[in-house]
Amino acid sequence: MSYIQGETGDWEIVIGLEVHAQVISNAKLFSGAATAFGAEPNSQVSFVDAAFPGMLPVINERCIEQAVRTGLGLKAQINLHSVFDRKNYFYADLPQGYQISQYLQPIVGKGEIVLDLPDGSSRTVGVTRLHLEQDAGKSLHDQHPAKTYIDLNRSGVALMEIVSEPDMRTAEEAGAYVRKLRSILRYLGTCDGNMEEGSMRCDVNVSVRKPGAPFGTRCEIKNVNSIRFVMQAIEYEARRQIEIIEDGGKIDQETRLWDTTKFVTRSMRSKEEAHDYRYFPDPDLLPLELDAEWVEEIKRTLPELPDDKKARFIGEYRLSPYDADVLVSEKARADFFEAVAKGRDPKLAANWVTGELFGYLNKAGKEIEESPVSAENLGGLIDLIADNTISGRIAKEVFEAMFETGEKPADIVEKKGLRQVTDTGAIEASIDAVLAANADKVAEFRSGKDKLFGFFVGQVMKATQGKANPALVNEILMTKLKG
Amino acid sequence: MSLDKATVAKIAHLARIKVPDDELDHLAGELSQILTFVEQLGEVDTQDVPPMTSVAAQTLRRRKDEVTDGGYRDAVLSNGPETAEGFYVVPKVVE
Amino acid sequence: MTGLTHLTMAAALDGLAKKEFTAVELTEAHVKAVETIRPLNAFITETPEQALTMAKASDARRAKGEAGPMEGLPIAVKDLFCTKGVPTTAASHILDGFKPEYESTVTSNLWRDGAVMLGKVNLDEFAMGSANITSHHGNVISPWSPGEVGNWSRQLVPGGSSGGSAAAVAARAALGATGTDTGGSIRQPAAFTGIVGIKPTYGRCSRWGVVAFASSLDQAGPMTRTVEDAAIMLRSMCGFDPKDSTSVDMAVPDFRTALTGDIRGLKVGIPKEYRVEGMPAEIAAIWDQGIAWLKEAGAEPVEISLPHTKYALATYYIVAPAEASSNLARYDGLRYGLRVEGASLKDMYENTRGAGFGKEVRRRILIGTYVLSAGYYDAYYNKARQVRTRIKWDFDEAFKQCDVILTPTAPSTAFAIGEKMDDPIQMYLNDVFTVPASLAGLPGMSVPAGVGSDGLPLGLQLLGRPFDEETVLRVGQVIEKAAAVTATPPFMA
Repeated sequence: MSYIQGETGDWEIVIGLEVHAQVISNAKLFSGAATAFGAEPNSQVSFVDAAFPGMLPVINERCIEQAVRTGLGLKAQINLHSVFDRKNYFYADLPQGYQISQYLQPIVGKGEIVLDLPDGSSRTVGVTRLHLEQDAGKSLHDQHPAKTYIDLNRSGVALMEIVSEPDMRTAEEAGAYVRKLRSILRYLGTCDGNMEEGSMRCDVNVSVRKPGAPFGTRCEIKNVNSIRFVMQAIEYEARRQIEIIEDGGKIDQETRLWDTTKFVTRSMRSKEEAHDYRYFPDPDLLPLELDAEWVEEIKRTLPELPDDKKARFIGEYRLSPYDADVLVSEKARADFFEAVAKGRDPKLAANWVTGELFGYLNKAGKEIEESPVSAENLGGLIDLIADNTISGRIAKEVFEAMFETGEKPADIVEKKGLRQVTDTGAIEASIDAVLAANADKVAEFRSGKDKLFGFFVGQVMKATQGKANPALVNEILMTKLKG
Repeated sequence: MSLDKATVAKIAHLARIKVPDDELDHLAGELSQILTFVEQLGEVDTQDVPPMTSVAAQTLRRRKDEVTDGGYRDAVLSNGPETAEGFYVVPKVVE
Repeated sequence: MTGLTHLTMAAALDGLAKKEFTAVELTEAHVKAVETIRPLNAFITETPEQALTMAKASDARRAKGEAGPMEGLPIAVKDLFCTKGVPTTAASHILDGFKPEYESTVTSNLWRDGAVMLGKVNLDEFAMGSANITSHHGNVISPWSPGEVGNWSRQLVPGGSSGGSAAAVAARAALGATGTDTGGSIRQPAAFTGIVGIKPTYGRCSRWGVVAFASSLDQAGPMTRTVEDAAIMLRSMCGFDPKDSTSVDMAVPDFRTALTGDIRGLKVGIPKEYRVEGMPAEIAAIWDQGIAWLKEAGAEPVEISLPHTKYALATYYIVAPAEASSNLARYDGLRYGLRVEGASLKDMYENTRGAGFGKEVRRRILIGTYVLSAGYYDAYYNKARQVRTRIKWDFDEAFKQCDVILTPTAPSTAFAIGEKMDDPIQMYLNDVFTVPASLAGLPGMSVPAGVGSDGLPLGLQLLGRPFDEETVLRVGQVIEKAAAVTATPPFMA
């Protein structure tokens, strides 16, 4: 089982995640300022985002659509009536003194995410809700010894906060959850899932309990920005809590930070004070009413999502669940595979994509989008094997060259003279030479030492630099040996 | 409802308004008086009455997803009490 | 030409059209008038150069035959409207030095139609007040104050919060002024100073660029010396604004054409609950007089009931401070206005906001913070929102029986500075007749109807159905004509 061994026995971790996913849109949620990453400080800030006197919010329709699309992708309930509230608190990068969010009536209700675990099993994690809210600006603490610098470029950018049920029990499950959610968001085109740029951030709620006991007191680890850190933070935090409890202490419900240099969680000083957010409906906005027909229209245009694609790959292409998982985890991978598999042997295509291609990409640290080998060229390579132009073994050599140069497989085969020898006369000549040179072994074979057949094949292939058609070699060799 | 000094101090802190200690008592009295006045609402039967958010009888209008604003950093910063290198500047914040 | 400042807008438009005088001449006369009335402390910022530049441009437009509906009319702007390049203070210390880089929609509309800005007028701090005694820039004195100018025997308040607007218009320093009304801030000062003030339906005027007090209640409107002028100016101020989500996409009528004088057959609702206990006899008398005038003009008075009237003030004093506590959170010393340094960010916030807000604003922020806080939200804020719904329903019912409602505007004539000041509740009672329509978002107008025993102006209030400003204006003009008030303030430019 997935328990942690403590001094007093087994402990179970209970994990819930709040993921903040930046909505893909040109302009901000309530202002017309741009959202692009990496702009000069305060260059993408309108008077609305900087909360100047008299400024008012007007909602971006694209952001609403993206939230609905995401909700549908999570098989969630879409609330046709939702309300924007103000969450009131003071912070240097929160110009309004409140964040416009959705509290009691979010745009999306209950949904679910199916996790595909490494052992091939799957597990369903409940999604509690999804709501739209404004992002805050950015505080830079390292520009000046006594000052904090404020950049409001991010202020007002649309976020979807996606809240899970406390359904996860291991760091691996939490990692799988974030990966799957990111995959779904990317399929939907609603968030780019780029955690380094902060367009996806996780708040991790962790508590521990004895198996079967009620939930323990949880701590929230804020703003964790990679899947690896999510998993590490959970492991650390669970052990920290177990130690405290086993030492007779008790867990304080608090907000913590993941220290990415010391690999520990620590209490956040700025969040020490008890908050009272004084939520109330934003009087500058009206309730958001969605048209059921409009929601249906979005539903009709949803792309095939990872779970459905996986099922189809297994059914249509007869792939193993493992291969299917690997291929559908990113839409670009799945698309690549399908382009290769079209009109070819899907098993062979899957093997080449998940084996050679992913191996090389991994080693080179490249994404599928940057692959030097195009789907068309990989397909061409498989075609060369199928029509006996090259053998499978030579194909690997050709692939290596393709990955290095990006050239077409046929060109490489020609240039390097790797074309398979199918001329029976030439093969017979090679075989005759090998048999003549190894008369003793021929005698042994004929006296019943069948195992030597492989030796002869090897010698012939060596003599032809691997270019002889293996099937022909087998056939002619057998005839001659028996003769 | 009568507010005590401590409660007033707590609210003042929530609202980030510094109130000198010697004003707390007087303020507590004033605020209590206002609260007592508004508590007459308790007499009104509001069972099943929807709370009003806006008197405007319409639904939320939406704008197109187009970049139409921003890109004027100098104008945004021109009123700032302290700025440097294109940033607003505040006393150091410890996270 | 001194007579120019005593013209109505309608007359000034005529004179300009007939080339009896130019916009520059009209503006120069007003610029001088603005200087003359300085003892009233009505203006926070005078903008004479800008006024003359605008007037010249106006004359040029008129010469090209491109005169707008308010071409060349000098007006004052309540210092709650953001005006590009001109300091905007909301009468608060916390906005010290703030110069907006943008222009509010309402003032943009006025300039588009040819109006000329004389300057920014005083108000209660963040429009919170009913006497214009909470301004960081000092009290505004009503031109109706008796005695020698600057050495008055009684310093009367002009009402509030649009006290500077009211004083400037009543003292003939501006042909009109913008006001804003959250719970009566246009109507009550109009009544106190003997002028006309109309708060249109919530959603008619854009709130974009107007410093917010209580978002669900705030509405801009004109303050003028006649109903006709109010119709002229309202038309220019109104209009759909895509930058305000609560702005209503509806055509703006030419309100002047509604002023037919014909109110025959119109049903005028007289709400029995407004006959509050202890209502001064002269207030009751002017109300009865108003009913009689309308009856004479062919309208039919009907008694109506607005049962939740007595709860309106309590509702208002929860809803408005709650919204204000949040709206005013942005004044933190970080991006504009006052900053009082502190060792930490929190200290800076508390020092800035402690020093920057006056006592009344502080009181309302604290009440608002309290009623929204955990454990009290339902008992106070949500309850108030529910009662607000019932108040709205009361009006919906009433307007099934009548076309317009007539009430007094305020429970008394103007009082003197120093009176009613110790007790916030006493001060809040000033808004007892104006607040209900604010909560329901209805158009409301105060029209001069006479003077009290103290010789000070009395106003009557007309309330209409949502977006039926036309009926309100038409009936208001009938009262204006019937009352034919001739009294003028003792101090005028």
